[in-house]
Amino acid sequence: MPSTEAYLMLSATLFSIGLIGVVIRRNMITVLMAIELMLNAVNINLVAFSQRLSSLEGQVFAIFVITVAAGEAAVGLAIIIQLYRLKSTINVDEARTLNG
Amino acid sequence: MDALTQNMPFLVFFVVGTVAVASSILVIAMRNPVHSALFLLLTFLCVAVLFVINSAEFVAAVQVLVYAGGIMVLFLFVVMLINVRHLPEERVLSQFWKGGFAVGIGLLILFATIVRPGVYHDPVGRDRNLRSVKEHRTRRIHNADGTVTLKPYVRRTVVGNSEAVGMALYRDYLVPFEVASLFLLVAMIGAIVIGKRELSAAEEETVQDFIQDRVDTEHEVKEAMSA
Repeated sequence: MPSTEAYLMLSATLFSIGLIGVVIRRNMITVLMAIELMLNAVNINLVAFSQRLSSLEGQVFAIFVITVAAGEAAVGLAIIIQLYRLKSTINVDEARTLNG
Repeated sequence: MDALTQNMPFLVFFVVGTVAVASSILVIAMRNPVHSALFLLLTFLCVAVLFVINSAEFVAAVQVLVYAGGIMVLFLFVVMLINVRHLPEERVLSQFWKGGFAVGIGLLILFATIVRPGVYHDPVGRDRNLRSVKEHRTRRIHNADGTVTLKPYVRRTVVGNSEAVGMALYRDYLVPFEVASLFLLVAMIGAIVIGKRELSAAEEETVQDFIQDRVDTEHEVKEAMSA
């Protein structure tokens, strides 16, 4: 079996890629996809530790994370649709009405 | 052959991990959101394979069903609905892209220094615990002097990963499970309320006629079908 450290490094890489995607992209849909990527990296961590400690808690929490990701995607995409109706754009740096 | 079967998990991990990292880089590198979504799907499937070789079959199935089945369809649906045309010369990166790269790579270096090989010395667990259901029982012991003592003990029955996760969810994590269902309800109502379109005044006036029109059409169709 690959060691737990290998899984942790893989998930750290995926998490960093997701974080980079959240910060650097202008397209809001891609930003939401990068957030999903980060949540998936967390799930890899949880499941790897569940295997290592031979305890089911990690898998249960991974399921809860998937639930939260589903709800977050639904609400986020609804916000994107409404933003597109209001401003005809989904670029994050053009929605700056609250910026003062 | 023996060496191959012994190295098989390493090989699978290496190949699948490489594909996952490459496709996740492509997710944030593609101009077209549809391409990003398809590479995100590939990443989700690779992560599901990683779950399977970590003996988390139920989570892998949920990953494929919910992520690859549900969330990806939602993403693609919204991409099609909005249908943003990107001009070839339009900027893809935000103004913070240098800082974003710096923060991401710095975070990766931080993680790599924390997770160097051999940090965790605890023994690797057996996956029998991930497939068994715990049952708390008590044993009645009749002593020689006629008294009875109750001795609690834990019985483990090996079932399957799905059943073990189900028992953990419904027995040990029942309240969080119910809260999660409430959360999903709130998310669903919120998505509908946020996403629905406000009708204009002119549309508001004609909406009754529109509904009546639909009902009449339905009646006509039904009569035509029964005739």
